Amino acid sequence: MNFLAFIGRLVLSLFAEVGRLSVFLKDAVVHTVAPPMYFRLIFEQMVKIGYNSLPVVGLTAFFTGGALVLQIYVGGSRFNAESTAPSIVALGITRELGPVLAGLMVAGRVGAAIAAELGTMRVTEQIDALTTLATNPFKYLVAPRLVAAVLTLPLLVLVADTIGVMGGFIVGTRSLGFNEGSYIINTVDFIEFDDVFSGLVKAAVFGFIIALMGCYHGYYSQGGAQGVGRATTNAVVTASILILAANYILTSLLFTNI
Amino acid sequence: MSEDRHIELTDVHKRFGTKNVLNGVNLHVERQKSLVVIGGSGSGKSVTLKCILGLVTPEQGSIKINGQETLGISSGARDEVLSKMGMLFQGAALFDSLLVWENVAFGLIQGHNVARDKAKDIAFEKLAQVGLGSEIAELSPAELSGGMQKRVGLARAIATDPEIIFFDEPTTGLDPIMGDIINDLIVDCVKQVGATTITITHDMASARKIADKIAMIYEGEIIWHGDAADVDESGSAHVEQFIHGSDEGPIQTESVIL
Ligand SMILES: Nc1ncnc2c1ncn2[C@@H]1O[C@H](COP(=O)(O)OP(=O)(O)OP(=O)(O)O)[C@@H](O)[C@H]1O
Ligand SMILES: [Mg+2]
Repeated sequence: MNFLAFIGRLVLSLFAEVGRLSVFLKDAVVHTVAPPMYFRLIFEQMVKIGYNSLPVVGLTAFFTGGALVLQIYVGGSRFNAESTAPSIVALGITRELGPVLAGLMVAGRVGAAIAAELGTMRVTEQIDALTTLATNPFKYLVAPRLVAAVLTLPLLVLVADTIGVMGGFIVGTRSLGFNEGSYIINTVDFIEFDDVFSGLVKAAVFGFIIALMGCYHGYYSQGGAQGVGRATTNAVVTASILILAANYILTSLLFTNI
Repeated sequence: MSEDRHIELTDVHKRFGTKNVLNGVNLHVERQKSLVVIGGSGSGKSVTLKCILGLVTPEQGSIKINGQETLGISSGARDEVLSKMGMLFQGAALFDSLLVWENVAFGLIQGHNVARDKAKDIAFEKLAQVGLGSEIAELSPAELSGGMQKRVGLARAIATDPEIIFFDEPTTGLDPIMGDIINDLIVDCVKQVGATTITITHDMASARKIADKIAMIYEGEIIWHGDAADVDESGSAHVEQFIHGSDEGPIQTESVIL
């Protein structure tokens, strides 16, 4: 009986959570699209989310590109197809690894920061104070972060794509003996607009997920410093899982008809 | 009804989880009068204010402002009501991402569309009224002492010259001289500016100075409500015990039980 009650409670709290998230999502979207918009806040957030994430995302992309070309070279050599390595690296980075790795890194960096900031504002009653000053917290806190993340992630991914391919290029030409000119030709000739574009669509979705999870968990945090810590962890974990799930769904949608 | 009730609470109930915090609060404040609410720690004073502001939604009861029911009103109507209110939070609740003067000017700029320069001038004026010089205006709230933060919160609460102002323990954490300056300021808000105020305090000297009426809350109910002058002949053992700070009487605190 106790076990059944436990299952029951679990299911109930799951539904409650999904319901609360749905309401939050609705409010967030409504306040994001309805005027007024705080352009200054959006810009501030874009700097925080985008510019400050450049080093992390750049380094991740660089090393991944480098590792990728090594692996694909080994794999390719088993079919005497080493020469395809540059094109496959470019495809892998732009379609898959660029957006996913940038998304995960930014989830760790920015999702956590958003949850911690909003969580602290919640437990120190700053969000209540906003409301009493006739300012809607969704409009002032949530909407700018959502907009900024959706706009910024694709830009970050463009940078990640470029640096990732460059990582592959450097490792490929320095340690695998590719000719520099033919590496570039192999990359540029092979890659299509859709490869890059689909990665950017993914990035925008990931940006939305990161900001939404950060805001949601922060907004509803309770119970002092411990609660803020929990909110931060939850924001990162749920954003990461949702990014990977969304990546699968988007990949199957975006690439099935190609 | 001869008296003009600006704020009126009838049978307000609020529960958190299984814990009943307000068990039918009945309270009213007349226009341009000052009500002081006293009561032990955890008796529901702050929650009562949050109910009036709409930050916390009671399960039951009625809260009228200017004769208009405010429970269950739309968020647009709520913003309208809030734009006429100011609140000093118990923990100051300053926005730590903004400078001190921006905190004070926040309601003017966001809620009342006052130009930034003009709002800044008003902010400096309000800071001077709470005994803070212009040298702290460009600091961030984290750089101030607790008592200074409290005074900035007070300046923010009165910045828009609201019709209704709530002060949650305005003099706690201040030295006696500064406490008296704040008491005078609250009296001025009522007598000169014509605001209606509710002040929560544990400090009886301060209560006597600023109150027209005093109400005592105990275990989530108003057990005494009368003219400030009558507080010494209240005929209530609870009030007697509270104003004399005695450990003998009907109010059993946990430390006494231990
Ligand atoms: N958000 C909340 N969630 C759960 N319980 C709460 C919440 N806010 C207040 N309470 C509970 O309500 C009770 C009354 O709290 P309240 O803050 O009104 O006390 P108070 O009278 O202002 O006390 P103090 O003088 O110490 O500030 C407390 O027992 C508190 O634990
Ligand atoms: Mg309190």
